[in-house]
Amino acid sequence: MTRSAASTPPARPAGNLRAQLRRAERMRKLRAVALVAPLALFLVIVFVVPIGSMLWRSVDNSELASVMPQTAAALQQWDGTGLPDEAAMAAFAAELRDSRRGGGLGRIGRRLNYEDTGYRGLLMRTLRGLPAAGESIDDWTTALTEIDAAWGETATWLGIQRTAPPTTDRYMLASLDLERGADGEIQRVDAGDRLYQAVFQRTMVIAGGVTLICLALGFPLAYLLATLPAKTSNLLMILVLLPFWTSLLVRTAAWIILLQSNGLANQSLMALGLIESPLQLVFNRIGVFFAMVHILLPFMVLPLYSVMKGISPSYQRAAVSLGAHPFAAFWQVYVPQTVSGVAAGTILVFIMALGYYITPALVGGPADQMVSYYVAYYTNTTNNWGMAAALGSILLVVTLLLYLVYHRLVNRRQLIRR
Amino acid sequence: MALPPYASPVERLWFWTFRLLCGLVLLFLITPVLVIIPLSFSSGSFLTYPLPGVSLRWYAAIFDTSGPWLAALKNSLIVAPLATLLAMVLGTLAAVGLNRADFPGKGMLLALLISPMVVPLVIVAVGMYFFFAQVGLLNSYTGLVLAHTVLGVPFVVITVNATLQGFDFNQVRAGASLGASPLRVFFTVVLPQIVPGVVSGGLFAFATSFDEVVVALFIASPTERTLPIQMFSGIRENISPAIAAMATILILLSTLLLVTMELLRRRSERLKGSVE
Repeated sequence: MTRSAASTPPARPAGNLRAQLRRAERMRKLRAVALVAPLALFLVIVFVVPIGSMLWRSVDNSELASVMPQTAAALQQWDGTGLPDEAAMAAFAAELRDSRRGGGLGRIGRRLNYEDTGYRGLLMRTLRGLPAAGESIDDWTTALTEIDAAWGETATWLGIQRTAPPTTDRYMLASLDLERGADGEIQRVDAGDRLYQAVFQRTMVIAGGVTLICLALGFPLAYLLATLPAKTSNLLMILVLLPFWTSLLVRTAAWIILLQSNGLANQSLMALGLIESPLQLVFNRIGVFFAMVHILLPFMVLPLYSVMKGISPSYQRAAVSLGAHPFAAFWQVYVPQTVSGVAAGTILVFIMALGYYITPALVGGPADQMVSYYVAYYTNTTNNWGMAAALGSILLVVTLLLYLVYHRLVNRRQLIRR
Repeated sequence: MALPPYASPVERLWFWTFRLLCGLVLLFLITPVLVIIPLSFSSGSFLTYPLPGVSLRWYAAIFDTSGPWLAALKNSLIVAPLATLLAMVLGTLAAVGLNRADFPGKGMLLALLISPMVVPLVIVAVGMYFFFAQVGLLNSYTGLVLAHTVLGVPFVVITVNATLQGFDFNQVRAGASLGASPLRVFFTVVLPQIVPGVVSGGLFAFATSFDEVVVALFIASPTERTLPIQMFSGIRENISPAIAAMATILILLSTLLLVTMELLRRRSERLKGSVE
């Protein structure tokens, strides 16, 4: 673009030149955008849209409307008292008969079972009892009630009515241990069924605990590395970077081997006479903490190190020379200068720990599984995609909010500098 | 931070306690990596010390052509380089574009390009699982390569972006004014200067793909089973010295990566030093 500007004759009025400059600038911007566009487009298609449509499943309620469109429409008109009218009943019977094709019956059966576990069986029984397609029935209300008395109850139809609108908040509510009562008011689920509160609490406790331990271990280490002569510190840095570059699975396997009942940790403790019989150190919370702290510690040490490397030792020396106790000088003069590194490392480690799945799955017990595990479980094992998406969106929102804070605090480059 | 000669006994005590503590932390970091290596040479079938004898039988088991390990390694060696290459090309172009000019929404755009690094893996995995099922890329090499490109690309964007911070774009203008085509300017002027960033971003992307389990577990069938999946199921079902042998090979690989990164860092620091 510069070439075209250079080749134009110089004797042009100034206004024209300004227009040309503007055009050249615009070209430059367009070119810059064109360079970013392939990746941005690629990410939107393969990353943003898939995740967006996955999250949509947390409010998606289209099962009934797609398999039984007329029934869904009719039930949304119904006022919820007595029984739905004859037309709705007839539409329901006809669409139930058709739902056998293409797996529709399975979809609505699964969806209705979230409302009440009896629906799938009821639908199957009713389908078997339906008269042949050609037969004309005058009174569907009686016909259905004869097949199963449940069709004569308002509650049965109310349950189906709840699945008729295109969206639902039941999964989001359920992932917060809430539900809608019979009157539509939001209420907490029975104490015995409160599952996810414990899961989120556990996720926070593990991620928070791992972050604090990483800070406690990483701060002194980063301080040592930043204050040692370059030659020694580079050598010691290898001990931080080698685990950092080593496969997560290798490190997880190593911790299982180290901590198993006849592993090196138990053998050493017994040889030292500290314990009589082997301790259970793995497949429980202890194992999760060991492995996760080990995997995430470098992510704490590296940002701390890069901040501490830039802190001049003179301030601390000045404080000591003015009579401050060395500890006071460290705490009041040095530590405040490391705050940005501490914040960066802490948030980074916490964000990464929140989403952990593989390590707790391998070294933890059933009571140590975090939110990610349940997202995977609902997707793969029970096909309850609404729940998977609802739990996933909460995890994602928390993570993105924390990332926003992190982003405010540090330049992105610091993530993997060094 | 050497101990001054006039240090009091308390200071002396603290100094050495502090060093001891740091030593223990370093020991904690390196022990797991080192402990697993000798176990891979065990002649027994248990992962415990002391070793009953020394043998290479577990390496033989890994490199058995009919076994699962070699097939998994092959799959990873297909997927990781392709994903890395794609990430390097897309990431480098984007980083150059981001530094070439200011345009509205640049901050948002950068946030988008970095986001695969932040979003929890299981969410990426479930999202791609549904998406690939719809477009017929589930259980395919193409799907796996695309997924791993997404996960690796932020590293390339970040590292190339960082090397471009010190890059003077007047060089591009000079090249263009001397009549070089934009492509020629890129390959002869820009690329040689940002190559350390491109390569180190590529190494990060490669390491990511070579160690990625969660997404692969969701979108790959047994045919595309990658090395990390094989490791994962091996650890879960029956942790044998074969895992230790594979781990040793992977540790060797990570050492290689570490050394390469260190050399790149030194090179770029030398370059920076010579300019200033």
